Amino acid sequence: MNETVHQEKISPTNGRSSTGKGLRTEEMVINMGPQHPSTHGVLRLEIVVDGEIIREVIPHLGYLHRCFEKHCEYMINYQQVVPYVDRLDYVASMNNEHAFVVAAERLLNIEIPERVHYIRIIMAELQRIASHLIAIGTFGIDMGAFTPFLHAFRDREKILDLFEMTCGARLLYNYMMIGGLSHDLPPQFIEKTKQFCVEFKQTLKEIDDLLNYNEIFIKRTANVGILPKDVAVNYACSGPMLRGSGVDWDLRRDDPYTLYDRFEWDVCIGKGENGTVGDVWNRHMVRQREMEQSVKIIEQAIVNIPEGDVKKAVPKRIRPVPGEIYSRTESPRGELGFYIVATDSLTPYRVKGRSPGFVNLSVINEISRGAMIADLVAIIGSTDIVLGEVDR
Amino acid sequence: MGLLDQKFDSSNIVVTTLDNLLNWARLSSLWQMQFGLACCAIEMMAASASHFDMMRFGIIPRATPRQTDVMIVSGTVTLKMATRIKRLYDQMSEPRYVISMGSCANCGGPYWEHGYHVLKGVDRVIPVDVYVPGCPPRPEALIEGILKLQEKIRAESLAKKKVV
Repeated sequence: MNETVHQEKISPTNGRSSTGKGLRTEEMVINMGPQHPSTHGVLRLEIVVDGEIIREVIPHLGYLHRCFEKHCEYMINYQQVVPYVDRLDYVASMNNEHAFVVAAERLLNIEIPERVHYIRIIMAELQRIASHLIAIGTFGIDMGAFTPFLHAFRDREKILDLFEMTCGARLLYNYMMIGGLSHDLPPQFIEKTKQFCVEFKQTLKEIDDLLNYNEIFIKRTANVGILPKDVAVNYACSGPMLRGSGVDWDLRRDDPYTLYDRFEWDVCIGKGENGTVGDVWNRHMVRQREMEQSVKIIEQAIVNIPEGDVKKAVPKRIRPVPGEIYSRTESPRGELGFYIVATDSLTPYRVKGRSPGFVNLSVINEISRGAMIADLVAIIGSTDIVLGEVDR
Repeated sequence: MGLLDQKFDSSNIVVTTLDNLLNWARLSSLWQMQFGLACCAIEMMAASASHFDMMRFGIIPRATPRQTDVMIVSGTVTLKMATRIKRLYDQMSEPRYVISMGSCANCGGPYWEHGYHVLKGVDRVIPVDVYVPGCPPRPEALIEGILKLQEKIRAESLAKKKVV
């Protein structure tokens, strides 16, 4: 939609304030982004406002469209897609790799050693914690609290150190291979992860004290941007967006992939201690509690991790039988799926990513209608979008 | 001037050239535009957070181009974004500097060959002072780039025209 279309919609409405009776008011179009500190990347929002009240929010995408699908068609083989998958959701690269690698393995029908599954789950859960720490830290900044950001990044760096000692990279790893992993765990890894799990519980408490139960923070976020259960389901929201509205749905439990059915953990949903179920505060708290559960999974996985060769099942040459597959996993933002169409060539015919950020963003117009402009920042922060995967 | 603080009894005179004074002032408070594009922006955030603490070098993030001295182009520049970057650069007041962070901003990076919507280097729309390689560069690399920029500013002169 271009701007001229919306200008036609502008029409005089009745004055809203009691003192300004008879004054002519009209709706106004405000542009937010693409350069804005709280749109979390290069998102542009076109906002139609009536005074301070939002009437409509239209997201404009494509400022970070990096031609992912075209690149997949040009690759020499399937393994070369993995670095590009990393760069979709750059805050949670391990989860992206996991999703793609699992999809490709289902297409190829490869049996993976158990050790590989365990390491992948440890990495994915560590990455989930790192991703949620960024979400919570930057959300704190959006709400005017700077200190939780520093605490969150301090612990995120510890996770990045673990990744770095495993595969040498801090942010974009290219660690998982179709059929295995590029490196086995380094000698100190298990010990350091155990230590991290112990230390991290303290951080969770710190964030609770500093941010989550802070009176100002609750005032700012409770009862804002309420997403009712049925709307969330109708818009196909997933991840903390959906669970914050009280829907008990997590792919790790309800459609278990790899070995997630072996671990004891709980699905966290919004309970509405403050505000209403489905508001910004409850969505935020789902992320906070999910980190706790991720620690639980990691602690079980590092105790039971079996021995084995992580490169045993890696195929020398990847040539799948013609066919197609859709495989979905639970990334920190929700249902991340890959649809792969294979012909008899070495390159994929088509790779389509179903990114949770894009779908969760589509609900923004529905939930911010009637809110104040300042609340829109809270609502965008709570959807936790990453523009790399929204635009792809 | 922490070294000279309270070392003298009465008022004193410090002799320096105007160039030195201006350069010293400029390089010690490079305000940065808080503006992330893609993956590198996360590393830029990490560089200003607790571990690396970029504020040691006088780098303070500001949200508007009018208050900033240096723009760190952190991430892939798409064709749709290129016009906005040009406009943001034009809105910055002089003297202004640009650090191109990461392979994408330097030359297109992994999207160089088939990225039909990716600008092959931000230097095609705005002049760049320092290039930081890496995909993404580590925060240490970004800090190194900032130190390089400070070196460059130190050598500037009012008499000579700025070389871009």
